[in-house]
Amino acid sequence: MTTERPKILTDKTHIPGIETFDVYRKNGGYSAVEKALKTMTPDEVVEEVKKSGVRGRGGAGFPMGMKWSFLAKPEGVPRYLVCNGDESEPGTFKDHWLMKTIPHLLIEGMIVSSYALGANTSYIYVRGELMYVVRILEKAIAEAKAAGFLGKNILGSGYDLELYVQPGGGAYICGEETALLESLEGKRGNPRNKPPFPAVKGLYQCPTVVNNVESIATTSWIVNNGGDAYAAIGIGRSTGTKLISASGHLKKPGVYEIPLGLPVQEFIYSDEWCGGIRDGHHLKAVVAGGSSVPILPAAMLLKTANGEDRLMSYESLSDGGFATGTMMGSGGFIAMDETACVVKNTWNFSRFYHHESCGQCSPCREGTGWMEKVLHRIEHGHGSMHDIDLLVDVAKKIEGNTICPLGDAAAWPVASAIRHFRDEFEWHITHPQEATRPGAIFKGHMELV
Amino acid sequence: MIETSDKPRIEFTPERLERAKEILTHYPEGRQKSALLPLLHLLQEQEGWTPTEGMDYIAEFLGIQPIEVYEVATFYTMYHLEPVGKHVIEYCRTGPCMIMGGEEVYAHLKQKIGAQDGETSADQLFTIKPVECLAACGWGPCFQIREKYYTHLTIEKVDEIIDELRK
Ligand SMILES: Cc1cc2nc3c(=O)[nH]c(=O)nc-3n(C[C@H](O)[C@H](O)[C@H](O)COP(=O)(O)O)c2cc1C
Ligand code: SF4
Ligand code: FES
Repeated sequence: MTTERPKILTDKTHIPGIETFDVYRKNGGYSAVEKALKTMTPDEVVEEVKKSGVRGRGGAGFPMGMKWSFLAKPEGVPRYLVCNGDESEPGTFKDHWLMKTIPHLLIEGMIVSSYALGANTSYIYVRGELMYVVRILEKAIAEAKAAGFLGKNILGSGYDLELYVQPGGGAYICGEETALLESLEGKRGNPRNKPPFPAVKGLYQCPTVVNNVESIATTSWIVNNGGDAYAAIGIGRSTGTKLISASGHLKKPGVYEIPLGLPVQEFIYSDEWCGGIRDGHHLKAVVAGGSSVPILPAAMLLKTANGEDRLMSYESLSDGGFATGTMMGSGGFIAMDETACVVKNTWNFSRFYHHESCGQCSPCREGTGWMEKVLHRIEHGHGSMHDIDLLVDVAKKIEGNTICPLGDAAAWPVASAIRHFRDEFEWHITHPQEATRPGAIFKGHMELV
Repeated sequence: MIETSDKPRIEFTPERLERAKEILTHYPEGRQKSALLPLLHLLQEQEGWTPTEGMDYIAEFLGIQPIEVYEVATFYTMYHLEPVGKHVIEYCRTGPCMIMGGEEVYAHLKQKIGAQDGETSADQLFTIKPVECLAACGWGPCFQIREKYYTHLTIEKVDEIIDELRK
């Protein structure tokens, strides 16, 4: 028996032609704009989003309605809504998929969200590599405008909105909201010191809300069905559904919309979702929320420290803290079987963070370079036992000592890999010839599932 | 001011000039510098890369100092500051693509093209650059050539793609 799964973002994605305005509209699209602009005040929309309990889907999981209610509203100063479509966290590709598959869902969400916040100009910032998606969105915006859903006096409501797509130039750091705003102002993507927060001084020093693509796309459903209906889905403070980007050694990698609270075991092994690990292999480790979150051995991911099934929810994934837990992050779920080398993958990730550090703070700039170098040494069979402690030490010195969270994001993968896979690091040091052989597999005591 | 070279001045073609003017309308009065990243993309679309003469033209167009353009162009990874081949192959070297067999596929690619990371093939057809995660991790290994994404790459698929582009 298959259960009927709630579909908030993916109920229409299978429909041929859904990327066009006509098909989207025929299937009930833009009804949230009609409902909000004709029957609700902006504050009523904010209220529904608050009631829904939906949390930001970009990584930090901050309640969206609460963020909206922090927006400063000084007289005579424009307010902005900026959608974060920078999606550059390794393991994450859900926003890419959503924007190219059903661009009007994001545009509809941008209209109701901008209305709620009182923004008359809004931007969708998309990573520059996705220029083909920029073009898809621009086409969809033109269609929506021609149909009267954008521009002046939308649906005769007196509300005006212009919506623009802005391409980035290739820089992971521009996913950080203040770096994104700098970039949108035509500058280098250096994160700003906070406070002031964007809600007070954001784009062009005006009050600004920055939300993730998936977060904004959710608002149409909330307007149509009400915040309570949304909050009825999910578990505890993890309300609603979440898009998971599943990659790695799975039978069926891809983007899945899951109800929050789904057991991790079911997500990985059920044919309804990822269908299990590729034939003949076993799950070794998982990075469950994008490259920044702690890596966990399979057994620790599937069960919490007190033996309960771990669930795909903010609370359950972080159960046990960093000792035995991880984080939901952006929902980038990277599964690794026994052929994956944790040392190599950790080195690969630290090269990423070193490459992407904007260089403003020395702990991040120097620390990421150092970690990359030491990990490279260990991976290539030239490490010493002292190097392992050195890595732990460098990671600790970065954590919490930087302007933006990229520093933490660089430290956590390294610290967690050593915490849970120390024996594999040691093996690289004690058996360099064996460990550096192409295709070498660590046969230590890690429990495979 | 940097003395500009005697190289010919670069300007947008009439069609791109129209697009550039349209882009300027996206931002409030006095905030035209916001157009910088999109205009650099436009320049690269036209020239294949972002030559200094083109950046100077953009500075003039936006009424900002050339250094403001250079410092931005050098911060972001997508702008090619040196001439490149006709097809720029940017392959994803990050974890999820790597564990899906990326290394083998990319090694084959480099051998087939006859160029290593950062190099351009002798026939000037291909430039190859490693890049970080392209937000296509579940469809990896992958690369992009200009605006087009190529996913689920295998050695056979790489052969087909390159053979096609060589025609
Ligand atoms: C280094 C770094 C990269 C980030 N990248 C992204 C990103 O690509 N997309 C995103 O939505 N949020 C990203 N974030 C989080 C944003 O700063 C911000 O919290 C988010 O866009 C807010 O939207 P949400 O509340 O809807 O999640 C990143 C944060 C950091 C520190
Ligand atoms: S933590 Fe790193 S990326 Fe963030 S501001 Fe500092 S140097 Fe830049
Ligand atoms: S890791 Fe290659 S696209 Fe994300």
